[in-house]
Amino acid sequence: MTTTEIHSESKGFLTSALITVARVLVSVFVPIVAFGILWAGFIFLRDSNAPQGVIAVVAILWGVGGVAMLFWVSDWVVNRTPLHVAKKLQPFVFVGPALAILAWYLFLPTVRSLYLSFFDAQSNNFVGLQNYVFAFTDPKMLESFVNNLMWIVLGTGGAVGFGLLIALLADRVKLEKAFKSLIFMPMAISFVGAGVIWRFVYAYKPMGEDQIGLLNAVVTFFGIEPQAWFTMSGWNNVFLIIILVWLQTGYAMVIISAALKGVPSSIIEAGRIDGAGEIRIIRSIVIPYIASTLVTVSTTIIIISLKIFDIVFTMTNGNYGTEVIASMQYKQMFRFLHYGRGSAIAIVLVLAVIPVMWYNLRQFGKREGF
Amino acid sequence: MKRVVLVLLIALLALPSMFAGGQADAQEPAAKTVHVFGAFVDEEARRFEEAIKPFEERTGIDVVYEGSKDFETLISVRVEGGNPPDIAGLPQPGLMVNFASQGKLVPMWDSLLDTVEANYAPVWKDLGSYNDVPYGVFHRVNAKSFVWYPKKAWARAGYEVPTTWNEMIALMDKMVANGHTPWSIGIEAGGATGWVGTDWVEDVMLRTVGPDVYDQWVNHEIPFNAPEVKEAFEIIGDIWLNPNYVYGGTNTILTQSYTDSPRTMFDNPPRSWMHRQGNFVTGFLPDAIQANLEEEVGVFPLPAINEEFGIPVLGGGDQFVVFNDRPEVREFMEFLATWESGEIWAARGGALFPYLNQDLNAYPNEIERSLAEALVNAKVFRFDASDLMPGQVGAGSFWTGIVDWVNGKPLDTMLAEVERSWP
Repeated sequence: MTTTEIHSESKGFLTSALITVARVLVSVFVPIVAFGILWAGFIFLRDSNAPQGVIAVVAILWGVGGVAMLFWVSDWVVNRTPLHVAKKLQPFVFVGPALAILAWYLFLPTVRSLYLSFFDAQSNNFVGLQNYVFAFTDPKMLESFVNNLMWIVLGTGGAVGFGLLIALLADRVKLEKAFKSLIFMPMAISFVGAGVIWRFVYAYKPMGEDQIGLLNAVVTFFGIEPQAWFTMSGWNNVFLIIILVWLQTGYAMVIISAALKGVPSSIIEAGRIDGAGEIRIIRSIVIPYIASTLVTVSTTIIIISLKIFDIVFTMTNGNYGTEVIASMQYKQMFRFLHYGRGSAIAIVLVLAVIPVMWYNLRQFGKREGF
Repeated sequence: MKRVVLVLLIALLALPSMFAGGQADAQEPAAKTVHVFGAFVDEEARRFEEAIKPFEERTGIDVVYEGSKDFETLISVRVEGGNPPDIAGLPQPGLMVNFASQGKLVPMWDSLLDTVEANYAPVWKDLGSYNDVPYGVFHRVNAKSFVWYPKKAWARAGYEVPTTWNEMIALMDKMVANGHTPWSIGIEAGGATGWVGTDWVEDVMLRTVGPDVYDQWVNHEIPFNAPEVKEAFEIIGDIWLNPNYVYGGTNTILTQSYTDSPRTMFDNPPRSWMHRQGNFVTGFLPDAIQANLEEEVGVFPLPAINEEFGIPVLGGGDQFVVFNDRPEVREFMEFLATWESGEIWAARGGALFPYLNQDLNAYPNEIERSLAEALVNAKVFRFDASDLMPGQVGAGSFWTGIVDWVNGKPLDTMLAEVERSWP
């Protein structure tokens, strides 16, 4: 690394030039060889008829070995450069792959979606803003905007509200850990899994048959007619949102609970001495103190509500007036193969999420990398 | 560490070259192979393979069938990626039109065309054509215009098969008077909820205004909210929206899955007495009923409304199209156009075939025999309209329109919305 300067003085100019040229050649050659090896592995994995076991082993070698090799080679190349350059390049050896993956899987597709959103169904003809006009005038789209708003207000309100309530209450009981674990458990279930579970809660059978749905079993026990929950327009959205609340309350509770532990008892005691009751203390001391946590949790759940798809898709498939933006996007894109409209709706969704995300990140930043 | 990396590198280099050699060897024996890609899987795929065995034994050509539930997405990806199968079985005519318009398909050659013209009713050739050039050969098909009923319960109650629409309405009223619920209807089908309803509309359209107007409707030469379409919906609404006629009323229509809904006919006593569905419905019936199909289940064609059009049959089917023109591919296509390719599957049950010269005795029971007979003898056969309409309508607003209408949306509003959604 640092030998260049010493050698160039003791030996002649020619030697040092030769060494430099050789170094540049090696620096170019090694990455090319590395790339060639990776490419050969890729071609083999793509086209080979070898037994599956062999392919699996090669895939693991290629994947893990390839990453190790890429790192090793790029580190080696960076170390060939003069020290002050190497210092500047080194971080990118580590951060580079992440940036490259982000660019490839997130940035490029977004740009491409934006591009496609100005074209027709087969992406052949430029149609200007027509797809966006569709996105903001189609009755089903308007329905999904209203529904998404409902998801944001009720879903976020419900999850954060219950999370806060449970965190406050759990703080005061002996079995805090057990209670919190129970509430937190649904977090481990995927949205689709939750959909399957809740189908059994909301299942409907006509009067006179055995009610296999929990809710209808309860309702009929009290002598009321069984209800087809999903077909009640307006209310069916609430029934779906309850599932999100069930899933996300645990998350809100855990984060809020952690913040609660950080409220200094001295302030609370000071409040008590000044004669404040429990409610007053919570309202005027605890909540302002954990406000930034509440904001962070809320924005996270708002983003989830904006992007909500799985629950609607598994439960009602957007029927009976429960359509949301993401389900409309899926239908346009994959069922009707209208790439223009699908992309336009995706871009609208991205634009809706970005401000919330930005606000969320700023909150995270304020809290010193949470 | 460096040594380990070196060993890894060498291993990476060596392995592919080893198997690259092996690969060439494997492809050496020049057994002729035809790759077929289709939408049916599991049991149906097995029956297809059984059905084509005589061809493989006779010619020595190896036919490799591969089925996928995501067929419709995958076939487009494979064709666009320049890696199409030799032959594909397309469930939707729209896919054939897509590929044909892109010039990806091999049109029928003369000898195949002669076989098809001899063995099929003209409608099948037309369904497989784009711009008057024939491409697709139909093999297994389905027919949907049938009403199923619990035979034993009907005999006990003294009900008789109606031959006209008015007789059917009279029978329904008689059932209601006896305290019976005539129909069981369920349109829930996950992501495809509503398709059962589209079949009803299509069947009624064919019966009230006939095949010509039906074709205009499919091609959007009359609007979706034309009076003819509205009339069909109203005729259905007279049955569907009348809680006396349908088991469980509209809520059950919406929430009961189409596979569950025929089962209520075989409760004791029956909760419902009739069910309109395609020939594939037998697969949804309780095991005990399936085991004893001929004695338990009766079936009649959905009766005519306008005598002029007789009893039309609505149906669908997979058409096989050629992507790669090779002699063995041609040979297999010509085999598919003959009754010989369906005979074994017909005998195993669960499939109907459209061949004019088929032997109806091959079907395993009286029910499938009568369906095949109705299919072959139908003066009017039409493909499922929702499969022919653009996806925005046929797999979108038509389905959701049915759902919204049953759930209380006014008919005119709904029809206007579907019309607006036509691309």
